[in-house]
Amino acid sequence: MRVMVLIKATEQSEAGEMPSRELLEQMTAFNEELVKAGVMLAGEGLQPSSRGARVEFSGSERKVIDGPFTETKELLAGYWLWQVKSMDDAIEWVRRIPNPTGEHGIVEIRSVFEADDFGEQFTPELREREALLRAQTEASA
Amino acid sequence: MAGRDVTRTVEAVWRIESARLIAGIARLVRDVALAEDLAQEALVAALEQWPESGVPENPGAWLMATAKHRGVDRLRRAEVHERKIAELGRDAELRSSADDDLAAAVGDPFDYDLLRLIFTACHPLLSTDARVALTLRLLCGLTTREIARAYLTSESAVAQRIVRAKRTLSAARVAFEVPGRRELRERLASVLEVVYLIFTEGYSATAGERLIRPELLDEALRLGRILAELLPRDAEVHGLDALMELQATRARTGPSGEAVLLLDQDRSRWDWLLVRRGLAALERAHAAAGPIGPYSCRPRSPPATHAPAHPRTPTGSGSWRSTTG
Repeated sequence: MRVMVLIKATEQSEAGEMPSRELLEQMTAFNEELVKAGVMLAGEGLQPSSRGARVEFSGSERKVIDGPFTETKELLAGYWLWQVKSMDDAIEWVRRIPNPTGEHGIVEIRSVFEADDFGEQFTPELREREALLRAQTEASA
Repeated sequence: MAGRDVTRTVEAVWRIESARLIAGIARLVRDVALAEDLAQEALVAALEQWPESGVPENPGAWLMATAKHRGVDRLRRAEVHERKIAELGRDAELRSSADDDLAAAVGDPFDYDLLRLIFTACHPLLSTDARVALTLRLLCGLTTREIARAYLTSESAVAQRIVRAKRTLSAARVAFEVPGRRELRERLASVLEVVYLIFTEGYSATAGERLIRPELLDEALRLGRILAELLPRDAEVHGLDALMELQATRARTGPSGEAVLLLDQDRSRWDWLLVRRGLAALERAHAAAGPIGPYSCRPRSPPATHAPAHPRTPTGSGSWRSTTG
């Protein structure tokens, strides 16, 4: 199964504080472990919400709201995409995420939908368009 | 923490740690069968103790310390204490000795132990069936029952195969080492063959009703990715990785598990993350030094040229026909 591991933002991450060298070193070592275990599929860190935006949907209206956003605990600071055998394995890996400063933080683990999970609602036409989008993303990457 | 939760945690820790644990102990006791026994004993100890004591902060280190401790006990009882202790002492010097051609390339000693375990489990002395079973057991942490289920054979048959394989290794006094430069090609070919056999069995199962066995596909992909990380300079390793990632993107069966032929497949249902990873592995294979072999050739030579080219063009069927002539 695939899981997405969501690292929730903290006051420090939202303030744009860069991680300490110690944390960077430990995080690099942890990422290496994930790669060597064949677990890591993808992952990125995210800039603070002050460098992001939101678009609110209501009927036909689209309202753009610039960051930063206030509800820090609901925001994200990064994510990983992992290949694991079970949610238990994912939890065990998350327990090992380094946290040298002992700072409070929350990491959420979510199971990823595979295309087949969507069933009939995800029609062949939708799948085709989804595939095209992914290919374009790839070409520009 | 409730008892059941701890058991599940122990099992997760085992799946994550078992290969490194067995590899680390095997380096000390120089015997894969004994190493696996000791690792299993440590697992049993964890299952007994962790529900009481809680899960230790570094569960991998706990298991390793427990297994080593039991190993020393075992050696003492066997009255070969002094001889083995001498061997343990020799280990440090062996580690840096000149016979380890790859030691310099693989910086992390734990990685090097894992490589030793891979090369030992896939030793050409063993039949391919035995190599596959031993690899799934020692490197993937699968139980005998899981291996039997994946290959639709009896547990006792798998258990026997594994026991015999270990006996063969002991009888031949196969050194727990990464082969030197002269042997490396042949030995690596034996490793890659095992990984690819596991993959092809997952991709088109030869036994049973299901055509695809995702658990074997996943294990093979994982082994391929681990090897690519451990032997980053080898074109063949990346070639196999690319081949499997690209081929797995198209592992498709219909709603009732029947095979869907390539031309009838809905390409939008391929796994595009694997396509991206496969293409990246292919680039690494091209960039890597070392001789080109069957795996690094395959993803780019006919008729498999479509493997990388095809997934790059997900829409319309014209592009597909044009790449296959």
